[in-house]
Amino acid sequence: MTARIERPLSPHLQTYRWTLTMALSIVHRATGVALYFGTLLLAWWLIAAASGPAAYANVQAFTTSFIGRLIVFGYTWALLHHLLSGIRHFVWDLGYGFKANEREALTWGALIGGISLTVLLWIAAYAIGGGR
Amino acid sequence: MSVRESHGSPRPASSMRTPLGRVRHLGASHSGTSDFWRQRVTAVALTVLIVPVIVVVMMLLGRNQAGAAQILGSWPIAIIMLLFVIASAWHMKIGMQVVIEDYVHNEKLKLATIMANNFFSAAVALASIYAILKLSSGV
Repeated sequence: MTARIERPLSPHLQTYRWTLTMALSIVHRATGVALYFGTLLLAWWLIAAASGPAAYANVQAFTTSFIGRLIVFGYTWALLHHLLSGIRHFVWDLGYGFKANEREALTWGALIGGISLTVLLWIAAYAIGGGR
Repeated sequence: MSVRESHGSPRPASSMRTPLGRVRHLGASHSGTSDFWRQRVTAVALTVLIVPVIVVVMMLLGRNQAGAAQILGSWPIAIIMLLFVIASAWHMKIGMQVVIEDYVHNEKLKLATIMANNFFSAAVALASIYAILKLSSGV
């Protein structure tokens, strides 16, 4: 069998100075993982709507509870942040926005935009749905 | 064509392709950059689809099951939801596979989690698709 060769490794994460783009790269991945499990909520909601009034009332009881509302609020933010952060990746995929000030601006934009859009959407939701 | 190839060689006629040409862009996974590309295709689709999906969710706020079923069962909304579910499931399956490949180093555990990821994504997608089709068929 081949012996394992001790090859030089690239420095680990803690070696580097912490930067905004690094932090938000991790947040992009974390929100992606959260949304992955959040699809269970989407599936549950659709199945309940297809099943009947009793099943749908269960979903509504959950989404109007404090913990449920907190989860849906978090889901909204994760979705919108991942969306804007993903649009930032489209810009990079097309070959733009790699200068230090540009990538900082894009990243701040995704962070602030995600939070603002979430708050705006919830204000609109409360205005339309009357808090339900 | 060489003399050897023209006289019953097992190599197919398409062997004008060089060995480099046959492996180029395929990488260690042998599937090349297809997952990278599909991740982008589904991302663009979701960027577009999220707008009508948010509108649909807003329309359903404060409604009971009968109202929700009526809205979700109309064909333009059913199609938007179907596209959203399919693009989401595909996008998240690829994304989670990248996460697994980055952090799970034990080969057997990695294969098991990648398989579980496929099953989860397919199950969530099919359950949602079934619900949407049931709503729009009115059964």
